[in-house]
Amino acid sequence: MGWNLVRAWTILVYIFMFLPVAVVVLLSFNASQFGSFPMTGFSFRWFVELAQNEAILRAFRTSLVLGSLTAVVSTALGVLASLALVRYNVPGRNVISTLLIAPILVPEVVLAVALLLFLNFLSINKSFFLLLLGHVIFTLPFVILVVQARLVGIRRDVEEAAMSLGASPVQTFFQITLPLLAPAVFAGMLFAFTISFDDITGTLFWKPGGVETVPTQIFAMLRNSISPEINALGTVMIVLTVGLPLLGLAIARRMAAARGG
Amino acid sequence: MSVEAREARQPWLLLSPALTAVVLLLFVPLAFIVVYSFWLRTATGADQAGFHLDNWNEALTDPFYRDILLNTLKIAGITTVVCALMGYPAAYFIARSKGNKVILLLLLMLPFWISYIIRTMSWINILGVSGAFNSVLLSLGIISEPVQMLYNETTVILGLVHFLLPFMVLNVYVSLEGIDETLEDAACSLGATRWKSFLEVTLPLSLPGLAAGGLLCFVLGAGTYITPLVLGGPTDAMFANLVFEAIITQLDWPLGSALSLMLLAVLGALVLIYNHYLGMAQLMKGLG
Repeated sequence: MGWNLVRAWTILVYIFMFLPVAVVVLLSFNASQFGSFPMTGFSFRWFVELAQNEAILRAFRTSLVLGSLTAVVSTALGVLASLALVRYNVPGRNVISTLLIAPILVPEVVLAVALLLFLNFLSINKSFFLLLLGHVIFTLPFVILVVQARLVGIRRDVEEAAMSLGASPVQTFFQITLPLLAPAVFAGMLFAFTISFDDITGTLFWKPGGVETVPTQIFAMLRNSISPEINALGTVMIVLTVGLPLLGLAIARRMAAARGG
Repeated sequence: MSVEAREARQPWLLLSPALTAVVLLLFVPLAFIVVYSFWLRTATGADQAGFHLDNWNEALTDPFYRDILLNTLKIAGITTVVCALMGYPAAYFIARSKGNKVILLLLLMLPFWISYIIRTMSWINILGVSGAFNSVLLSLGIISEPVQMLYNETTVILGLVHFLLPFMVLNVYVSLEGIDETLEDAACSLGATRWKSFLEVTLPLSLPGLAAGGLLCFVLGAGTYITPLVLGGPTDAMFANLVFEAIITQLDWPLGSALSLMLLAVLGALVLIYNHYLGMAQLMKGLG
């Protein structure tokens, strides 16, 4: 009896999580003039309008560029740091880990304010560059956590074998370590990209006037009323942000399988 | 340089870019806003450097700020309790279910990937004047006029729970997975009922995960300003909204610094207390 109760409760929790999202997707195909019930028919018109909306397309481009740059920089920093933490007996390892995780222990609003005000003091104004710095520092801890978890599984003796067969440390890194690291690097980049693509809390503080990312664009559109276009945009975002990680997962699996691991 | 010395230097070379970034982009800026909070923004819009207590005096004694801080803690507290009540049984079900655990977990991770702003605004489609709920009630004849159910404290909490619940479930799940299932069986074979063995064996052992999930829900909930802007009414501002107002709207950056530091002090104290009793390891497990 108790177990069935737990099961029923869990189903309700899943419905709670997914119902609002499902409604967004449903309403994005609504033929009616307004972004609301009742549904008057099935139509793709809002997706067509979306594709012709210059502001939204611009926001998409900004988010894509920002997310990609964030992913590259954050993952580069994160992979190097994770290598040091997993591979070496660094003195003060715990303190260093805590320092590197600190950006997610500080409330994002506070991080946003501190970075904005400090860089402004250094005469670096609200700009794309400031956005990038902010996104890098905010995503770095997530990358480090994900990459570290993957690194632990890579055995050191393979590298030692390469070195004992005469490979230089640099050769070993590029020919042995890096290919083995690839899934971790990939996971880190994907994670950083998704977090950056989704961020609004810090972005609203850092973005210069006139520049919008997809989330801030949606936020600005909400100020008017909820139009079917927002639901269509939401559907595109859901497909992208859910589809990309799933695709990434599949690719990572395939890469691991191809290695025979 | 000797081989040993090079070996010893290598990790620091690897760490230095990330550490430099964190120091320059987080710790120095935090130190800077501590100094900045003692400056004054004058009527002309220029900053007057110095050691003025005016901002702190205003932030700490004005009942307006105190009330909103208390209200923020209340909203975050209710959100956390609701997340625990909803999330614990779900996590227990996933951890103890036979078979399709991977699918259940994957389903649970999906909302993590769905945009926060989309998930927040999706409630407008459900509870708004022309939302799903109203249209069902209207067609059933229960109401004759659409009812505005949005833009109050309850909908802010609802939005926060929807946003934070996966954090809770994931953390509880991780700690439940670490518990040997046979312990409960052992308790039962010694004469305890299922319920009793859960209360006295499983629940206490899973408390670290519950605490980690609770901390995340509370801290993330108390630091938000987007949810109240989208789902709250004019009187539902949370403390982070005050920070946003001071920095972006009023451009009073010294006051904004003081308010940010207040929020950091309150939420940072919670993290430190948690760290003192339970350590960061549990939290990292749930995040990683």
